[in-house]
Amino acid sequence: MAGGATFWRRAADLYIDGFRNMTVGRRLWALIIVKLIIFFAVLKLFFFPDILATRYDTDAERADAVREALTAPHDNSNTNTLYYE
Amino acid sequence: MNDLIGLVDWSRAQFALTAMYHWLFVPLTIGLSVIVAIMETIYVRTGNPRWKGITKFWMTLFGINFACGVATGLILEFEFGTNWSNYSWFVGDIFGAPLAIEGLLAFFMEATFVAVMFFGWNKVSRGFHLASTWLTALGVSLSALWILVANAWMQYPTGMEFDPAQMRNVMTDFFAVALSPVAINKFFHAVFSAWTLAGVFVIGVSSWLLWRRRNIAAAKSSMTIGSIVGLAGILLTLWTGHGSAVQVARVQPMKLAAMEGLYHGSVGQDLVGFGILKPESSRTAEEPMLFSVDIPYGLSYLIYGNGDNFVPGINDLIDGISINAAGDTIHGLSYADKILIGKQAQDALRRYADARNAGDEAAMAAAAADVKEHFPYFGYGYLPSPEAAVPNVSMTFYAFRIMVIAGGYLLALFVVLIFLCRRKPEVLEHPWLCWVGMLSIVIVWVCSQAGWVLAEVGRQPWVIQDLMPTTAAISGVPAGSVKLTFWIFAAVFTGLLIAEISIMLRYIATASKGDIETPKH
Repeated sequence: MAGGATFWRRAADLYIDGFRNMTVGRRLWALIIVKLIIFFAVLKLFFFPDILATRYDTDAERADAVREALTAPHDNSNTNTLYYE
Repeated sequence: MNDLIGLVDWSRAQFALTAMYHWLFVPLTIGLSVIVAIMETIYVRTGNPRWKGITKFWMTLFGINFACGVATGLILEFEFGTNWSNYSWFVGDIFGAPLAIEGLLAFFMEATFVAVMFFGWNKVSRGFHLASTWLTALGVSLSALWILVANAWMQYPTGMEFDPAQMRNVMTDFFAVALSPVAINKFFHAVFSAWTLAGVFVIGVSSWLLWRRRNIAAAKSSMTIGSIVGLAGILLTLWTGHGSAVQVARVQPMKLAAMEGLYHGSVGQDLVGFGILKPESSRTAEEPMLFSVDIPYGLSYLIYGNGDNFVPGINDLIDGISINAAGDTIHGLSYADKILIGKQAQDALRRYADARNAGDEAAMAAAAADVKEHFPYFGYGYLPSPEAAVPNVSMTFYAFRIMVIAGGYLLALFVVLIFLCRRKPEVLEHPWLCWVGMLSIVIVWVCSQAGWVLAEVGRQPWVIQDLMPTTAAISGVPAGSVKLTFWIFAAVFTGLLIAEISIMLRYIATASKGDIETPKH
């Protein structure tokens, strides 16, 4: 038990000391945080909704929507010549 | 119709932009992690502290690139859900499983061992630190494995069955997906090309150090490692590239024909070593090239290991024509036939929906059987004509040649530099050679991007080979919103790239003023 606690303490120290002693890393972390804010709080939230997840409640409705989209615009006037004789 | 074309083109342009920016960071992360691990291995084996300093210098550059590149791939997943919702649903768990494995296994592996790699100097034993560095390199490559498995499935869909009730593909054989020959070749080709790219990056930065006469010994030692890893990378890239071409001939013959600008194939087909295509308006199937330098029987030999084999051209594929070993012309399925089969699959899908709405189980079963029978050519039903199945020949042809010519240059560069590093290291300090090294950084990135242009433009019009063209994969979102986000991405990613380059340059300039070989800790 004591050995386990020591391990976790050492692991925590690794991260704490590492972040504290960073030089180039501080600027990089700022860059990463700004980037993630732009990606998730701006782009994902306002510009990139999951179309099927937001417009339909169930998987069955989503499947119907995709079926409709993949079969409706297609001109079906020229089938049944190869395999349906 | 024009709105649809605008939407498809803008969605493709946006995906291409984000994927290409993402791929600026990824190969350097993959390749540099290996180079850093090799440098640290030398340090641990020799105990020479100068290698610790050199390792830490390149490890910091790895860290800058890793930080700038991390999460840029997430944007692609945003686009799947918004711009490519039909596609996202249709691929079902085929895409989800590899990407979930990537997230769980590789990401956590990287996150854990990257921390030890950067923060663990003097905190853990040398051996444990070295193991962490190698495991970071392994984790980075494993990340690439799963996304490339997903990409390979799009080029060669296998190990799945389409379920008309769910309207999606269901994975039936995980190992067929993960270990498909297309995926294996693609993975190793991408990873080894990343070694090549990182080798050139190390050479380029070392050249700058030599040009500025800073840390000359460290620069030469780094250049030796960069050249050796680069040479191994380019040779293995050539080997796996050949494997990829063989797979392309097998599963995407139209892409191969476009790569060669080949409209009418022949037995003992020549390989176009170098050539210029006629403009599309004046290009004919009989005379597609303005001029070309051909290697006799080269394409047949490269693909089949036998100069007598037939390689089909674009028109042969459209007409379903091939020539067997006895020289007889064989008529297979033409693209017009495949379009009809695709329409039948779609018709069966409609009948399936009608039967389900009517509660007619027998009709549902019959329609599902028809869907299954015709499904291999499902996507052809969306094509307005057989010619719509031909990718942009010029872009595919030139992307292939840019990749190969640049690869040949890099092979020569590595050989020359290894020779100079071993026999005439003083020549490395010549300013003109330093400039060659620095400018090669641009060439290797162009080469790397050209490879993806070839892979992705060459498979058009398919987003999933034979099953779904890009026009069917798209969501019904306004083209204007895709245009807007295209420009937002262009701005954000350009900003990121500028940030990365400026942080890197500042670090290189600052660190090189001191003694790289004397580590501070």
